[in-house]
Amino acid sequence: MNTNLCFCYSDSKFTQQELPACKPILTPQWVISAFMLVSFVFIPIGVASLLASRDVVEIIYQYETECIPAPMRGDKLKFIQSTENKTCNRKLIVPKLMKQPIYVYYQLDNFFQNHRRYVKSRSDVQLQDPKNENDTSSCDPEDLSNGSPIVPCGLIAWSLFNDTYSFSRNNQNLTVNKRGISWKSDRDSKFGDNVFPKNFQNGTIKGGASLDTTIPLSEQEDLIVWMRTAALPTFRKLYGKIEVDLQANEVIDVTLQNNYNTYSFDGKKKLVLSTTSWLGGKNNFLGIAYLTVGGLCFFLAMAFAVIYLVKPRRLGDPSYLSWNKNPAGH
Amino acid sequence: MSETDRISGKLRWSKLYTFSCLRPNVLETDGLHSLQGPGFSRVVYCNQPRVHRKKPLKYPSNYISTTKYNIITFLPKAIFEQFRRVANLYFLMAAILSLTPVAPFSAVSMIAPLAFVVGLSMAKEALEDWRRFMQDMKVNSRKVSIHKGDGTFGYKPWQKIRVGDVVKVEKDQFFPADLLLLSSSYDDGICYVETMNLDGETNLKVKRSLEVTLPLDGDVAFKDFTGKIRCEDPNPNLYTFVGNLEYDRQVYALDTNQILLRDSKLRNTAYVYGVVIFTGHDSKVMQNSTKSPSKRSTIERKMDYIIYFLFTLLVLISLISSIGFAVKTKFEMPEWWYLQPQNTTDLYDPTRPGLSGIFHLVTALILYGYLIPISLYVSIEVVKVLQATFINQDLHMYDEETGNPAQARTSNLNEELGQVDTILSDKTGTLTCNQMDFLKCSIAGVSYGVGSSEVEIAAKKQMAFDLSGHNSEIYSASMQNSRAQDSLENSGSDFGKSEIELETVITSKDEKYQKPMIKGFSFVDRRLMDGNWLKDPNVDAILLFFRILALCHTAIPEPNEETGSFNYEAESPDEGAFLVAAREFGFEFCGRTQTKVFIRERYPSSGHPVEREFKILSLLDFSSKRKRMSVIVQDEGGQILLLCKGADSIIFDRLSKNGRMHEESTSRHLNEYAEAGLRTLAFAYRKLEESEYSVWNSEFIKAKTTIGPDREAMLEHVSDMIEKDLILVGATAVEDKLQKGVPQCIDKLAQAGLKIWVLTGDKMETAINIGFSCSLLRQGMKQICITTVNTDLLAQDAKKAVKENVLMQLTNASQMINLEKDPHAAFALVIDGKTLSYALEEDMKHQFLSLAVNCASVICCRVSPKQKAMVTRLVKEGSGKTTLAIGDGANDVGMIQEADIGVGISGVEGMQAVMASDFSIAQFRFLERLLVVHGHWCYKRIAQMICYFFYKNIVFGLTLFYFEAYTGFSGQSVYDDWFMLLFNVILTSLPVISLGVFEQDVSSEVCLQFPALYQQGQRNMFFDWYRIFGWMANGLYSSLIIFFFNLNIFYDQAFRSEGQTADMAAVGATMFTCIIWAVNFQIAFTMSHFTWIQHLFVWGSICTWYIFLLLYGMSSPIISRNAFQILVEALAPAPIYWLVTLLVTIACNVPYLAYLSFQRSFNPMDHHIIQEIKYYKKDVEDQHMWKRECSKARQETKIGFTARVDAKIRQLRGKLQKKYPSLGVQNVIPPS
Repeated sequence: MNTNLCFCYSDSKFTQQELPACKPILTPQWVISAFMLVSFVFIPIGVASLLASRDVVEIIYQYETECIPAPMRGDKLKFIQSTENKTCNRKLIVPKLMKQPIYVYYQLDNFFQNHRRYVKSRSDVQLQDPKNENDTSSCDPEDLSNGSPIVPCGLIAWSLFNDTYSFSRNNQNLTVNKRGISWKSDRDSKFGDNVFPKNFQNGTIKGGASLDTTIPLSEQEDLIVWMRTAALPTFRKLYGKIEVDLQANEVIDVTLQNNYNTYSFDGKKKLVLSTTSWLGGKNNFLGIAYLTVGGLCFFLAMAFAVIYLVKPRRLGDPSYLSWNKNPAGH
Repeated sequence: MSETDRISGKLRWSKLYTFSCLRPNVLETDGLHSLQGPGFSRVVYCNQPRVHRKKPLKYPSNYISTTKYNIITFLPKAIFEQFRRVANLYFLMAAILSLTPVAPFSAVSMIAPLAFVVGLSMAKEALEDWRRFMQDMKVNSRKVSIHKGDGTFGYKPWQKIRVGDVVKVEKDQFFPADLLLLSSSYDDGICYVETMNLDGETNLKVKRSLEVTLPLDGDVAFKDFTGKIRCEDPNPNLYTFVGNLEYDRQVYALDTNQILLRDSKLRNTAYVYGVVIFTGHDSKVMQNSTKSPSKRSTIERKMDYIIYFLFTLLVLISLISSIGFAVKTKFEMPEWWYLQPQNTTDLYDPTRPGLSGIFHLVTALILYGYLIPISLYVSIEVVKVLQATFINQDLHMYDEETGNPAQARTSNLNEELGQVDTILSDKTGTLTCNQMDFLKCSIAGVSYGVGSSEVEIAAKKQMAFDLSGHNSEIYSASMQNSRAQDSLENSGSDFGKSEIELETVITSKDEKYQKPMIKGFSFVDRRLMDGNWLKDPNVDAILLFFRILALCHTAIPEPNEETGSFNYEAESPDEGAFLVAAREFGFEFCGRTQTKVFIRERYPSSGHPVEREFKILSLLDFSSKRKRMSVIVQDEGGQILLLCKGADSIIFDRLSKNGRMHEESTSRHLNEYAEAGLRTLAFAYRKLEESEYSVWNSEFIKAKTTIGPDREAMLEHVSDMIEKDLILVGATAVEDKLQKGVPQCIDKLAQAGLKIWVLTGDKMETAINIGFSCSLLRQGMKQICITTVNTDLLAQDAKKAVKENVLMQLTNASQMINLEKDPHAAFALVIDGKTLSYALEEDMKHQFLSLAVNCASVICCRVSPKQKAMVTRLVKEGSGKTTLAIGDGANDVGMIQEADIGVGISGVEGMQAVMASDFSIAQFRFLERLLVVHGHWCYKRIAQMICYFFYKNIVFGLTLFYFEAYTGFSGQSVYDDWFMLLFNVILTSLPVISLGVFEQDVSSEVCLQFPALYQQGQRNMFFDWYRIFGWMANGLYSSLIIFFFNLNIFYDQAFRSEGQTADMAAVGATMFTCIIWAVNFQIAFTMSHFTWIQHLFVWGSICTWYIFLLLYGMSSPIISRNAFQILVEALAPAPIYWLVTLLVTIACNVPYLAYLSFQRSFNPMDHHIIQEIKYYKKDVEDQHMWKRECSKARQETKIGFTARVDAKIRQLRGKLQKKYPSLGVQNVIPPS
């Protein structure tokens, strides 16, 4: 009807708000099939996730107390701050066959790597390029040591984790491969291969680990991993990989250097050996959540199907219009 | 006094107006106001404007300004306006604080959006004000002739006029200021003034100068003219003026008769001279104008409450956060050696946790600011501008005749259009075109004229349909088709079955289409036309009737060069229509002198016209109290006749015994006419003997020359003496031409549940007639007329007595309504301006309002512009409902500005109404589409949009809060700064804008077919607290799901098969992906109308997120930091990332989907059903059902076309059943 009007106004379908449109409506069939579809997709995924999680073999060893000699356990903080030998030997039993690669993690607890002060205390430009080593403004209070910049600066680097683990099986060393535990992009782009540690841990208070000043930052993979701050106060970080299979019931000797101070804030320390599945580590939550949502959708589908069968409402039935329902006072 | 050769311009027209011609207006010393004391301090030295250049007599210049800002005040004022919005103020503070280390984000991400929002709004303000400024300049630079000294006049712009100036205004010019009339081109110093812009009345008013200033009738006369005026101070009262003039050492009293008001127009007078008394903003019309308020819609005001709520929530969680932080800092942080607690700034000082806590409160307030959507304002602004564009572009609201489109002048009220409850409408120029059409007459008991009004046609058609079985097509088709006439021809066959005579109706309509239309004359009947009346048995009565038409009036003929006939300058348009009708019947009124009227009578037998003259012996004026007017004429044969026309009730009371021959049939006809919405008058005459007349005349002259307050009463009494023993001749029915489509539009609006009030400056009779013709009133409706009685008591007591009387009338009427049992009973309230001034007083207004809301229609007549605004305010504030005022003239400006929505008709009258309005349309009928279609859509769009906005910001904002609990409340965000910045600006804004601009629950045709859908807006079903909190709860649920699912899934173990654990960046990016998916899925479920635009925006937003993440990851690691390569390297290869997204998206939307399905299956809303009907094309398959529902989908109304048809049907049914006529008798409650 707008075709024969001729004036400057555009009479397109757009301006007249008459664009062709699809106007889907939620029919019971649609709703039931949608819920069914969701449950049919979700339940298998849930099962698969649970299976994947079940296949993962995990050895968790909590050692922050056990690795302190029994007489010293009354004042753990004093022990950790002392210069005594902190080596600690323990045996772990492999519960099930663990196929290589076996990932070695350290897990800290109650450690706020996500604290704003902590997260901000780093200088990305300094890590990337030796020219920017003076750019330490964001690193307070670990920015300068005796007036010269610290590389790598900031609280994160300063508090680098410094427990070490070594493993042996039947007196035979199990090599822990520490290469490739960090993201490749971090090594290639964020940590310069010509940036070397400088003035690190020179200050009055020593934080965590020291760094070998002859190795460029791009190869200090422990640092690189540590610098990726965790989202939660409980976190695992990759320590290395054991690239041999471990048989069930095998006994692994672990030699720990228990150096890192988690005692002042009552943090737990755990050593974790774990295999992975296609989904990653051991965590049933995903599977359970999938099964729950899938089950819920199945239930809803059934409920709506029952409603539809027992008390169907003919779609587009005008008797449901408000003026037909209560003709007097609408 | 028979000098017929005098030029018409020199006639003493004032002699025509009996009741006022000899009114003493000089030297009324006892009536002189002692012009002293407060309120009467103004002194004007005529012709000495120089005196008024310095104090203390310096009055403002005639420059007017209606702008809100000027160049200097714009910036501070506009910025102040902007930051009156709480949210803006909050964001301003956040932006300032973002420059300090307290802020959790970078400063740019806070300042940029704020600057954008404020800048956009200010630019809009500036543009609007500029338009106002240009309009003012146009008025200020109009030219007027002004006395420059020594008796010479020259043109000057209006703004240069000063108090005391003598100006000369010419024909058809506006008066530049309030003037004292000194003299005019007429000898007796009268002039005609059109006050349309002041009070909306189109008839001309007569103003009269003092006798003493009459000699000042030439430019030269002003050479030495001086005088001194003392008068009242500027005030907004249009109908009073108190002052006196000192001239020639004498003092003369002045009243409103000598005052010419600014913005009224000089008509039919060549020129006038006047002295400027009030200039510029002192003038009465400017005093009447109220400041244009900045309006906000109900939804926006409610939105403020939500914002307050969210602010409370924000402060609450910030407090929790900062207390948590202080506690953590004090008790735990000293142990966190890795933070070097001994070496901190104030922000994290464990030794001063209180201070750190306070700092952290600020940080938290900024961090959780995402709860308050800053982009909401921008988005709403953008959406509204686009909606307004659609309104402007709507072809269905484009008037082809004038070329005016509808215009949304302020876009921030679009959604308010969907919630209107009461419409307050002006009459003249809005409902009517102020043109009268002579349609029918009844002479000697025979009704002539076969034209039918639309009400009759529709009623008969419906009856025909009901009787001819249930063949619904025709009826329904005509019901929805607003142009009922068009379908008439096609459906003629069905009416044959009915017992009701329709043939005449149809034939008349056919004839009407063939004949060329004569303005003011739609009469069709062969029996009277073309001289056929001579063959009628009642030829004498018909002749007399035509003579009354041609003689009984006060009009002046003006020869029309083009047609060779005459145009008539009549006081009211009815009279004009009578004269046109008389001309068409062959009795052309062609001239008037002081004492004579000339009629050219044309008989088909004789061929050429005969000119007859009638001597006008006396003229008894019309007044609203008398409701009649008479002339006493002497024809060429010396026979003296009193010709009288007036309201039927009045005339019928004054009939002689032998004059009641046709009373019964005539009154039946009158009822029919009134029922058809026509204005009726009864005509009667009386033969007078010479002696009888002269006896009466001497009394009459005595009464006329009386001085003092009794004069009016005496005149009335004397008139009564002669206007009796009348013989009824007949009656006329005149149609006040409504604008195109007005009754249909009113009908539809009433069906949509809107109440319609008419506020008019016109007389009560006129207003009531219009009420009838646009179906606001109908026969059988109980009219409650509330008027004041004239009391002769002393001034102080009189006021009190009148007030008590009004109160009593109000109480009585309320009681009557309460006692009414009949469900079909409808009441109409009619009130006049004077009474209204009492009813609007503080102690009475609530009673008045409660009475008015109980009435189906309300008509206020004789109201001043200020009263219109006051009534509007009363309705707005008293009922708390949304009001819409519509008008076309400057007298409607106050009302338009006061109402929640002001609509201006961009018609023929000035632009004032349009300039003050929020929306302008070319015709009243477009109001239907504006409200029912655009209003409905905009309301739903905005409501859904705001709800969704809060939902998505709650989802996002709360995840930030939950995360705080895991960071020792330190104020660290899990998301990258850029994610957060883009969330509102890019990633989620376009889908919601597309929802706000393009969403349609049902198509425009359905909106019009189902007016009941409009009530969803009136009842605010889409923005009630249930819905708002429902959405908020949905937001809370989604945020919980998103956060805790992600948290547990990425808890501590490896998230990839390569053993890497998730760091904060990975968790943040995944969580953010989930949010993007969940909220965009949500909006897709919210929409019911998908064009390619919605598809593009919704799915495009999700894609944009991935593209952004990819590009951001590819940028330098200095910029992207931990998000460097995150998608490509870390997330995309991890199956868990995709599985989480799927899981969370579905889990977030399951409850909403379930709720939606549940609601649809158990408690579907009207638009759901209609969507389904449309979806299954049931409307095509089962047209009968569709049409039945269309006709049912309306509010039970008591006004409007349909209600009237229903009433008529009830009446006709009763008639058919009982077999005897039972005409509804109009119950008029007489004013006590």
